[in-house]
Amino acid sequence: MSEHIVSKKIYYSIFATLMVLTGVTIAVAFIDLGRLNTVVALTIAIFKATLVVLYFMHVRYSSRLTWVFVGAGFFWLAILVVLTLGDYATRGWLNGAK
Amino acid sequence: MEQQREAGTLGMWAFLVTEVMFFGGLFLAYILFRGKYPAEFAAASKGLDWILGGLNTAILICSSLTMALAVYYAQLGTRRLQITFLVLTMILGAAFLGIKFVEYKQKFEHHLFPGVGFKWEGADDLHHEQAGGQYMGDQGAGLGQPGSRQPVEGEVSPRNETLGGSHEPERLDPNKVQMFYWIYFAMTGVHALHMVIGLGILSVLVFMARKGRFTKEYHSPVEISGLYWHFVDIVWIFLFPLLYLIGRH
Repeated sequence: MSEHIVSKKIYYSIFATLMVLTGVTIAVAFIDLGRLNTVVALTIAIFKATLVVLYFMHVRYSSRLTWVFVGAGFFWLAILVVLTLGDYATRGWLNGAK
Repeated sequence: MEQQREAGTLGMWAFLVTEVMFFGGLFLAYILFRGKYPAEFAAASKGLDWILGGLNTAILICSSLTMALAVYYAQLGTRRLQITFLVLTMILGAAFLGIKFVEYKQKFEHHLFPGVGFKWEGADDLHHEQAGGQYMGDQGAGLGQPGSRQPVEGEVSPRNETLGGSHEPERLDPNKVQMFYWIYFAMTGVHALHMVIGLGILSVLVFMARKGRFTKEYHSPVEISGLYWHFVDIVWIFLFPLLYLIGRH
């Protein structure tokens, strides 16, 4: 597998997308959506991060093994957050339930 | 040669995975405390300057673009443009740190750095004070909070119910507000440290590039340093909305 060179056009369009999404993040933060504010902010942030990983960091054009490394990292992060929050969310279900 | 390049990339990713874990722990702390003290976190977030934070976000995204282009020209073997974009990335990184420094300085001046000197008067009073140029340290009770408390230098009492003004609908515990600033300084501080290290790496790259160490066939150091730089950018992409933008509406 030879080295893939990402074209400048892709870099510039990713850059433009990231900038626009930053603007959207700020704009949405000033609108009251209740709990959805956090959901929207995080969704945009995750989308931006994915763009950076796939294109700026070339993962889209990398080997399967690189995908495994990257995927494992974020999978473990998911375990950290989901299990901890699962604990916090369900405390009191056994004792304090009414 | 191909295998070497692959190994280098994988090694960097292995390191970045540990970095994901490292920042992940901090983000988890943020999630838990925000879940516990939502009102305090929203109010404390207003104490941050979203314009400076947003500007820094834009600067970092620009620096990611210049870094990507530096890698691009390294791949093509165009040395001059490669150096140009590395230097541009460094300038943008330094600009980020400069703005961060200004922000930290403001927080210190407003006694928002956590510790014995921490004082919280409410985000609105903060801006009021900025406009009037009045220092809250000397007359903490004089900022539109009649009879709220006697300010004792260096003291943050654990349960001062009257703090924050009895006229306010919801009372905010300054200790919980301080928790937000602990997390803010810990996360942005560690992030800034990564930026400083990144600048160090970039200056080595510029030095190596000037000596003609990189060719079309061999430029792995540029590429894996790029991975590091983009990762630091990603951390900020999450930090900005979570720290600066909650509680704006």
